[in-house]
Amino acid sequence: MTEFLQLDLAPLLAATLACLVCGLIGNLLLLTRQSLLGDAISHAVLPGIVVGFWISGTRAAPPLVAGAMAAAIVAALLIALVRRLTRLEPGAVMGLVFSGMFALGIVLIEVTGAHAVDLDVDCVLYGQLEALIWPAAQGAGSLLDPAALAEFPAEVKTLAVVLALTVALLALLWKELRLAAFDPDFARSIGFAPRPLSLLVLVLVSVACVAAFWAVGSILVIAALVAPAAIARALTDSYARQFALSAAAAAVMGAGGYWVAALAPEALGLGHGLNAAGMMAVVAGVMLAGAVVFGPFGPVRPGGQRRRRAAAAPVPRLPAAAG
Amino acid sequence: MTGALLDALLFAGGYNATVVALGCAAFGLAAGSLGCFVLLRGRALIADAAAHATLPGVAGAFILAALAGWDARSLPLLLAGGAISAGAAVLAVGALTRGGRIRDDAAMALVLSIGFGLGVVLVSVVQSLPVGGQAGLKSFILGQAAGMSAFDARLIGGLAVLSLLLVALLFRPLAALCFDRDFAASVGLPVRALDLALLGLMLAVTVAGLRAVGLILVVGLMVIPAVTARLVTERLGVMVALAGVLGAAAAWLGAGLSAAAPNLPTGATIVLVACAMFVLALVVAPRRGVLAFAWRQLRLSLVVARDHALRAAFEAAERQPAAGAIGWPDLGRGAGWSAWQRAVLPRWLRWAGLVAERPEGGVALTPAGLAMARELTRRHRLWEHYMQSAGGLPPEAAHRAADQVEHTLPPEVAMEAEAWLRRHDPARLPPAGGLIRPGEPETERGPR
Repeated sequence: MTEFLQLDLAPLLAATLACLVCGLIGNLLLLTRQSLLGDAISHAVLPGIVVGFWISGTRAAPPLVAGAMAAAIVAALLIALVRRLTRLEPGAVMGLVFSGMFALGIVLIEVTGAHAVDLDVDCVLYGQLEALIWPAAQGAGSLLDPAALAEFPAEVKTLAVVLALTVALLALLWKELRLAAFDPDFARSIGFAPRPLSLLVLVLVSVACVAAFWAVGSILVIAALVAPAAIARALTDSYARQFALSAAAAAVMGAGGYWVAALAPEALGLGHGLNAAGMMAVVAGVMLAGAVVFGPFGPVRPGGQRRRRAAAAPVPRLPAAAG
Repeated sequence: MTGALLDALLFAGGYNATVVALGCAAFGLAAGSLGCFVLLRGRALIADAAAHATLPGVAGAFILAALAGWDARSLPLLLAGGAISAGAAVLAVGALTRGGRIRDDAAMALVLSIGFGLGVVLVSVVQSLPVGGQAGLKSFILGQAAGMSAFDARLIGGLAVLSLLLVALLFRPLAALCFDRDFAASVGLPVRALDLALLGLMLAVTVAGLRAVGLILVVGLMVIPAVTARLVTERLGVMVALAGVLGAAAAWLGAGLSAAAPNLPTGATIVLVACAMFVLALVVAPRRGVLAFAWRQLRLSLVVARDHALRAAFEAAERQPAAGAIGWPDLGRGAGWSAWQRAVLPRWLRWAGLVAERPEGGVALTPAGLAMARELTRRHRLWEHYMQSAGGLPPEAAHRAADQVEHTLPPEVAMEAEAWLRRHDPARLPPAGGLIRPGEPETERGPR
């Protein structure tokens, strides 16, 4: 028990919370047809994170979030500028901007000496869940002990705050987002401008990228952003259910991924842990495949008979393979 | 560091370093020129997804080789694994979008991240295997040209040259495919096969770049030189050649830089060099660059201010033929010049011989200036009449609307407007031989 609390509880919580934050925000990306933005921003915030880390010298959230937001906005402006000057398709311009900024981030890590402190290329690629330990834990009693809880890794607490803020914001903008997602023309016509909305999405995604950075790194965060929403999309047409299902998928992805990565090696006798961030993406992939193939809209219909699309949606279920 | 950089760039760093630099440059050449087609066909992001998804293949091939007792560091084997999983990724994108519930952008993001995640898990399996060379796998993620053997470099160069030859061979059909797929199909080109060939070439070049540039940034070397070339030229042939040269230069310079500073990951260095070229082109490109754009805007604003001044002078002469000279301040104010235009325009007008200083003070239009001013005023009134007659605008609005179009629309359009007026409302047509010379008896005047 003590070992679990010391070594596994913080990473497990961090993985779950990070996936929940990203998974909920990912719905906005998917529903406003901007999944590529997640791809672009997750790469492009890297120089901002590195500079924030370099200037502040700590892993405290505010400077990193500020740096990441600045980088995300710079990336969005650059994409707009280059698109205007070159008149190329958005995908190409995004590819240019995000690979350039990611390269800048990688070089900055080496040049600024950030890698000597705490931030290295491995963290960018794989996340650093194993660094989240809670050495103050001494048995189950520590969960109620304020002194021990004060030692709990700050990254997890930050993630919890970000999750609370995300949920509050989604609840606040529930109707507006629904309108913007399903009827953008009408939303525009009644003055709910798409520009502030895309700025909001930009800011939220960069916050999510920073929040999840220590847990999953800056590439696997794309899986956390896009996969839960896509799984839910493959299961339901209802707006509310979309959010509920994506949250469930995100929780399974985070907790299940960490669990499989921590337990599988023992079961297989490998004696060496598997990478938890990568495993979360794999778990998400398995869930996605299950949802696409066996979901109500897939080629294999429940009950073994072909059904029309307009038929009432069956109760969505998560595939058993997930956990 | 400078010495090592020069050595690397001038092929003086020894046989191995020379072969590595040449291999990287060959890859850059192939990536840049193929990138143009990838870009124009809108496949840049699927190339990125495929590149990220090479990781499970590379790591899987490593594990297989280690279990089978082969040399797990053999580059051909690892690259073959990468190509297989990248191909599977392309198929997966297709499968995900087939139902129509997941759009292709989401599908690419999913395949990219889940493929990479699977690769990361397999890499962590590799770490636990009791064989050597695991650290080498990391060079497939961010690229490391420094440790490459001459054999590896030759393999990469060979793959790149082969792709390049195929691109040259398929140049015309690929160009037709990229510009208009329907047209290409209608003239009997096998568009599906060509699309497949483009995908295959893209995979080959991606895989060739893994070792040197790394799977995360390899798409950068396809996209960035192509976009840079696009800024500079409008012609496909020039674009492909230029992108190839830029890609080769970036790869060669970047590989040299990272040889001189081994801490720098090669892929990131190469991509940053390519980005520097892009930024340079963005600023100085002849037609689409920022400078050219600013120059065009500046020129247009000067031309507009000049035209306004000439028209103001002409209309003043029309009203008071005897007045003669006008002062610069009146002219400038009448034409709405801003401060910097007041500083520049008098000189320009005098230099162009459109106005001349009068000995008694003030300026007057020269004969050339008068001719131009008459033509400009006629054009303005033509547009005013056209806006009133064809557009039904009231005179004041017609004046403003005419002001917005007359400076930018080409003369042919003005002639069309004139032809329209001649057909539909000839009474409004300003006199064809130009307006009345000021001082002559007035017979017909415009609306103002």
